[in-house]
Amino acid sequence: MTAVAFDRVSVTLEDARVVEHVDLAVEDGEWLGLIGPNGAGKTTLLRAVAGMVAYDGSVRLWGEEVGALPRRQIARRIALVPQVPLMPDEMTVLEYALLGRTPHLSYAAKVGEADLDAARNALGRLELTGFAQRRLGSLSGGERQRAVLARAIAQDASLLLLDEPTSALDVGAQQQVLELVSSLRAQSGLTVLSAMHDLTLAGQYADRLVLVDRGRHVASGTPAEVLTEELVARHYGASVRVLNGETGVAVVPLRRSRPADVED
Amino acid sequence: MPVRWAAAALAFLLLATLLGLGLGPVGLGAGRVARDVLSHVPFLHISSPLNGTEDAILWQLRAPRVVLGLLVGAMLASAGAAYQGVFRNPLADPYLLGAAAGAGLGATLVIAYGAADDLRPVAAFAGATVGVGAAYALGRSVGGRSTAALVLAGVTVASFLTAIQTFVQQRHADSVQEVYAWILGQLDTSGWTEVLIAVPYVAFSAGVLLLHRRLLDVLAVGDEEASSLGVPVARVRFLVVAAATLGTAAAVALSGLIGFVGIIVPHAVRLLVGTSYRVVLPLSLVFGAGFLVLADLIARTVISPAELPIGVVTAFFGAPFFAVVLRTTRTVGP
Repeated sequence: MTAVAFDRVSVTLEDARVVEHVDLAVEDGEWLGLIGPNGAGKTTLLRAVAGMVAYDGSVRLWGEEVGALPRRQIARRIALVPQVPLMPDEMTVLEYALLGRTPHLSYAAKVGEADLDAARNALGRLELTGFAQRRLGSLSGGERQRAVLARAIAQDASLLLLDEPTSALDVGAQQQVLELVSSLRAQSGLTVLSAMHDLTLAGQYADRLVLVDRGRHVASGTPAEVLTEELVARHYGASVRVLNGETGVAVVPLRRSRPADVED
Repeated sequence: MPVRWAAAALAFLLLATLLGLGLGPVGLGAGRVARDVLSHVPFLHISSPLNGTEDAILWQLRAPRVVLGLLVGAMLASAGAAYQGVFRNPLADPYLLGAAAGAGLGATLVIAYGAADDLRPVAAFAGATVGVGAAYALGRSVGGRSTAALVLAGVTVASFLTAIQTFVQQRHADSVQEVYAWILGQLDTSGWTEVLIAVPYVAFSAGVLLLHRRLLDVLAVGDEEASSLGVPVARVRFLVVAAATLGTAAAVALSGLIGFVGIIVPHAVRLLVGTSYRVVLPLSLVFGAGFLVLADLIARTVISPAELPIGVVTAFFGAPFFAVVLRTTRTVGP
């Protein structure tokens, strides 16, 4: 079944058309990577899926129009990991993961044992069990990102939206976080839609890529089909080498030429 | 909530209440007061150790005052905690946000123009709403979400409303005394009337705030993310601000301007139990109630037989405490 279906979706923000007639589909259980240069509209597309921005056209979640779903119903199906999550320094990791239970609790309901279990379980799956009582302000970048993912897992949604999940991390933490996402997906059949700048990581982890530029869907397919030297040059204005490995595609930026007048 | 903290809060409340009832110009003794209270419980068959005059002092003078202190303290402390949560600002407080100054203006207008006393809470609420609304709008327009901008806007609005309030007060010389005594903050009651007026406002406001304590934790991650977690952010913010403002207004209408309770109590509670509003809000309510009764005890005994305004006592302890909070607040600044 199709998890997310965009049909001629356009978004206008403050008189600027940031998304223009985009069609795309994310299949159930798939990891689809959105790539594109800065300002291409990747984040806006994610926000449209989450019902957080008004759009023209149609965005359907497992057949239901996002704009017609109540906020809490959307939150039970979609967990959004924002690019820069607001993480209160003094909050403990367990309290933070517990916030993921919000869509499952009615307005004035208390947190119950089942919610605590779900939050602890989420911490366990992200290898954060020992961090339950640590304050968010004391975590490293990779630990923080795992805490955000734990909140998303506690939310028990079927679709995970990742907006630049690794842009603030070092290369080791980047791999650790994406491997965890990958294993969570394998364990529970999560569907993942991610927006990523790092083309190599996108090419290694996503099943399929959609390239957007200036609000338009310009290419899609397997990483090898989308990440070509020619497409990257055209849409990013970048000079790159594309390497095909066993686990996917790697994109290596290379300087066009060395200036002649620089001495070594 | 950790059971031991709930027990500690209730023990503190009980102790403060017994001290408040027992101490004063006529010492009744906390132990004798406790026995007297138990003597009113049916089927216990405990005889009261108090004579007729002492009994009248206890039930007609002290008890209403202590109960009003409990109500006002509970309200100011829980409203402070709620404002801090909803504005994501550790420095928010009914006084710094202009709520109290607005309520003061509303109540002064009622006193000065000789309207019915029943109107005082309503006028105070209208004034408080104007105060908070103006402070929030001004803060947003100059500093976005910066904590300092909201507080500075609150101080600005409060100064302006206080200026109008002083103007009205001076124009009506006949009621200056009454307004002035009231402004400085006092829990001076004449029997149970004020207490009975306060109960419905405080019960309603505190009830609404307690109902939202879990959602206040969700608001801590920002409007956008709270919304992505399914929370109707605008509705929650509106209800919490309205309830906190209504409660503050009722407290101000009855007891005048008693500052810093909404800062001291929630911050002290956070130091003990962490930051989750699921725990901070109910504990602030209970500790706030006991705290204000103790502050009132100091106010009426330290220069006995004269009384200090209770607002002077809370400011004396609260201002240095606020300075400490200000120094340790990491999120200040644009």
